[in-house]
Amino acid sequence: MTGAIETALRARRSDGGKCLVPYLTGGLGDDWLETVMAVADAGADAIEIGVPFSDPVMDGPTIQAANDRSLEAGTTPQRILDALRDADIGVPMAVMTYANVAYRMGWERFMNELRASGVSGCILPDIPLEEADEWTQAADDAVVETVMFAAPTSPDERLPRIAERAGGFVYAVGLLGITGVRADLAASALEIAGRVKAITEKPVLVGVGVGTPAQAVEVSAVADGAVVGSAIVQRMLDGAGPEGVAELVHDFRVALDA
Amino acid sequence: MTMTDPTATGRFGDFGGMYVPETLIPACIELDKAFREAWTDPTFRSELDHLLTTYAGRPSPLTECANLSEELGCRILLKREDLNHTGSHKINNVLGQALLAKRMGKTRLVAETGAGQHGVATATAAALFDMECVVYMGTVDIERQKLNVFRMKLLGSEVVAAESGSQTLKDAVNEAMRYWVSAVQDTHYCLGSVMGPHPYPWMVREFHRVIGDEAREQCQALLGGAPDVVVACVGGGSNAAGIFAGFADTDAVLVGAEPAGGAAVGRAVPGIVHGSKSYLMQDEWGQVLEAESISAGLDYPGIGPEHAHLAASGRARYEPVSDAEVVEAFQLLSRTEGIIPALESAHAIAWIAKAKDEFQGKSVLINLSGRGDKDVNQMMDILQ
Repeated sequence: MTGAIETALRARRSDGGKCLVPYLTGGLGDDWLETVMAVADAGADAIEIGVPFSDPVMDGPTIQAANDRSLEAGTTPQRILDALRDADIGVPMAVMTYANVAYRMGWERFMNELRASGVSGCILPDIPLEEADEWTQAADDAVVETVMFAAPTSPDERLPRIAERAGGFVYAVGLLGITGVRADLAASALEIAGRVKAITEKPVLVGVGVGTPAQAVEVSAVADGAVVGSAIVQRMLDGAGPEGVAELVHDFRVALDA
Repeated sequence: MTMTDPTATGRFGDFGGMYVPETLIPACIELDKAFREAWTDPTFRSELDHLLTTYAGRPSPLTECANLSEELGCRILLKREDLNHTGSHKINNVLGQALLAKRMGKTRLVAETGAGQHGVATATAAALFDMECVVYMGTVDIERQKLNVFRMKLLGSEVVAAESGSQTLKDAVNEAMRYWVSAVQDTHYCLGSVMGPHPYPWMVREFHRVIGDEAREQCQALLGGAPDVVVACVGGGSNAAGIFAGFADTDAVLVGAEPAGGAAVGRAVPGIVHGSKSYLMQDEWGQVLEAESISAGLDYPGIGPEHAHLAASGRARYEPVSDAEVVEAFQLLSRTEGIIPALESAHAIAWIAKAKDEFQGKSVLINLSGRGDKDVNQMMDILQ
């Protein structure tokens, strides 16, 4: 069964458009939920909600700082999910966190909580194929889409297995490195997008190192779209508020639609 | 029971695994393959043995402590890893990993360090093998261990402050992993303990089993068999894994001395961080807690997955030791035997000093994993 995220992304693609999935850190600032809604209105096809973890090894300084600030404010996974449950966001959502947050609550309970909160997908960057079984079993049972990563270092033989296991979309890692804005799009972004696109019909979005509308456009020449995290989270950290963050997302949307 | 190889996917019972981003998975698989090949290659083994003998100073002696034995009422034997080049057991592992990295065509080593012992050892191996070296160290630890920071720089390494989180060992691991994600193609992550993703917990234990194998022979000669008790301090648990490996198939009681403020096994809550599933200090939501210990080298909220398995299966026991008891033990060994232990190793002394009544007349082998020169300044402040 195709989930809400994959359905939305496929719909955008079949209309000839490119997909935009912004990432926002949950619990960052009192108005984070308003920011999520504003971002949905500004043209996001789906939204990733980051559930902060104390040791985010895949994240660069911006998202680390956002994690720390959110945790210091007392954010818990339950609080984020409760807030989402009561809100009408209007686009499908995925939660992005790290394995231990889900494992501590229990794979089944965490996946069921996501579902009950209206979250369609789950992204765990420190769960590779080798360790995915417990998680994906619980996710499948709860009908939660499991986004999987393909990296520039992934050998060709892994890509079909990654794509087959992926739900929502395949998250192609744009460069060798952690999340953060770079001056230029890495050559590896187009390369990995091309390699994954060649072996799957599922939506393929590039994230990590996609920080400007121009870079999103550039990578979407090959990929079905982009995930944008640090650039947006930096706006949140700077106190831009729902409108200020939505403005940036709108810029991405306009660029991708041009 | 023996300490056997993990499963193909790196499991020791329920623990271990490869919980790292996809970017690193091919590197872990490559490392697993390279280690398996090297470890069964007589050329590699003899090259490493040669280094351990002529460069690190192995075998390390077994010292019988007449004075301390009299004071405690048990027969105390020390495995003298403090006498190795660079002053701790850490050199065993880094020589193995550096040799392996070279064989794999890597040109740079990245490492994390807490007390600085593993950082100094890695910097030493990098100098020896003419490799670049980057060492991450928590800002708090850089302050606590200035001398080791200077040593690493002298040896030609770059020392980078880990300024995130608690600014100690766990954050240095995070930063080293982030660096590795960015430079995985030419860089080997020289992990300093029996933790991290497969194959590290297994590989690092194997590089340290020389401690246990030597001690087994030395105990055979001295005692006619295994000692009654084998004790080692445990942070991540590399020196303990090394010495336990030599005695797991005997009747010896195996004891890991954990800092009370970092007792991952004592709290016995499983978690996933830094590449493996093991016991982990964490809050009810899975956020990793900061360990607190007088010794920077044990200031780690987790423990290697094989130790979690040894604890869960009942083969080894893990006992907490307080900072105050460690300060006492540090002075005790210095005063009675003329050996100044590392604060880490003093945890093992502190445990037997506390548990002596249970083991009167028994033989107790302590892994003296490192020497205390690096800790003298800190102890001077505490004691004066």
